[in-house]
Amino acid sequence: METALVKKIFDVDQVRKDFPILSREVNGKPLVYFDNAATSQKPLSVINALDNYYKTCNSNIHRGVYLISAEASEAYDKAKDKVKEFIGAKDSSEIIFTRGTTEAINLAAYSYGRQSVTEGDEVIISTMEHHSNIVPWQVLCDEKKAKLKIIPITDSGEIIMDEYKKMLNEKVKLVSICHISNSIGTINPVKEIIKLAHEKNIPILVDGAQAVHHTKVDVQSLDADFYAFSAHKMYGPMGIGVLYGKAELLEQMPPYQTGGDMISSVSFEKTDYNEIPMKFEAGTPNVEGAIGLTEAIDYINSIGRDQIHEHEKEILEYATEEIEQIESVKIIGTARNKTGSLSFIVEGLSALDIGIMLDTFGVAVRTGHHCTEPLMRRFKIPGTVRASFAMYNTKEEIDVFTSALRKSINILK
Amino acid sequence: MTKSIYEIENEITDEFSFFADWQDKYEYIIELGKKLKDFPEDKRTAENMVKGCQSSVWLVTERLNGSIVFKADSDSTIVKGLIALLIRVLSGKSSDEIVNAKLEFIDKIGLRQHLAQTRANGLAAMIKQMKMYAIGYKTKEQLN
Repeated sequence: METALVKKIFDVDQVRKDFPILSREVNGKPLVYFDNAATSQKPLSVINALDNYYKTCNSNIHRGVYLISAEASEAYDKAKDKVKEFIGAKDSSEIIFTRGTTEAINLAAYSYGRQSVTEGDEVIISTMEHHSNIVPWQVLCDEKKAKLKIIPITDSGEIIMDEYKKMLNEKVKLVSICHISNSIGTINPVKEIIKLAHEKNIPILVDGAQAVHHTKVDVQSLDADFYAFSAHKMYGPMGIGVLYGKAELLEQMPPYQTGGDMISSVSFEKTDYNEIPMKFEAGTPNVEGAIGLTEAIDYINSIGRDQIHEHEKEILEYATEEIEQIESVKIIGTARNKTGSLSFIVEGLSALDIGIMLDTFGVAVRTGHHCTEPLMRRFKIPGTVRASFAMYNTKEEIDVFTSALRKSINILK
Repeated sequence: MTKSIYEIENEITDEFSFFADWQDKYEYIIELGKKLKDFPEDKRTAENMVKGCQSSVWLVTERLNGSIVFKADSDSTIVKGLIALLIRVLSGKSSDEIVNAKLEFIDKIGLRQHLAQTRANGLAAMIKQMKMYAIGYKTKEQLN
């Protein structure tokens, strides 16, 4: 009991040692990796787990009658239990493995969306959504002659809750919203957003791609109906992600793709589908990905999500203070509650040029619209420079970044 | 006697060989970008935009005594610098020369490895567009 009360000490230098890539050089300078919202780096434990899987128990799962297939199957199924605990789901049957957040949202749009949205209905998203939480709903609404409604945001990049409330009516069949904005770092009040939707019996999907590794997520306490995220943004491997769905919803939904593993019996006349979550996992799944994801969750847990959140908050605040002092820098997205991403423009200069110049100093950032073109349009800009942080980033790196930014601006002006 | 595309490419390769690192190379490209002549404001239209760029690029051509003259602009100074290099090599040349230009200097100065891998700067899209114009003119010449 006592150990649980003692706050774990967060030692960023120790953490950095776990990530082999962080010791490499870029253009003759130490790599400063600030593109974590696109993908995070991987700790050695995750890299080793993938390696170990292929060296020891690679085999196809669930129907092999031999030992290594049983081992691989066990590892895959354990990954579900691990994810279940990680996000506070009720049961591991509510965890569907997908290729990533994009596929998770597509699954919900194709299966749940096509089942429940009809002509004249409405689907609500917000102005700050990633294209992957816009296009699947746009396509669905076009197909069903339904309407896609957009919640407006303030100049600081926060959802206007009063406008949202007004949009909730009996025509709305689903709300789909990001937990944390990939472009501007806003943490949305998802609990409140969900509560309001539920008051009108509207289910809600939360795009948690930028959230699960930055903050504690408990889908039951949030009461989210669907929750989607990717492993590769949370220190895990690429190519695997999760769609959490409440069991009662998943049970009623039709399959998204069909094929092997998602059936219970097949004849040429009729196919009976497997139970959830297998019903939604056609074909050979990404076993190595599931094993890597397990390891990534273990890694995050070993550091502690509260500690990570605190550290990243400090980094974001420090970076914000530092770049605010640079003339002609304007921060895009100044929500009170933010984490992860710091977006900015430099007046008179293109974001692309800043990004290219920062790279020559070893600093990796992302430039452009960050797959949120409508959000950029809201701010009347073509794009931003985005520095996005992870648990292994340091204040010293922020100093390298701000000094490189000053120099880049001088060269470009 | 005007210089051939090949000769200009060699000149550029020589100039870049003096730079120790990419920071210097970019500073030079940025200077070229800043110096690129003013682009006619009325040509800054969607029609003249080159697709495939993270930055906006406008490209127009003119026929002058049998050769093709390029004018271009961008909101990115670095992209403008890259355009300046391409214009230096290709502008004022015949359609045949432009179509057949190998543009090996891009490899030689390391630009391909450094920039052409990413779609962001649209270097490849720009070259393609310049060659498309040349092919267009060449087809017209053959029809006449």
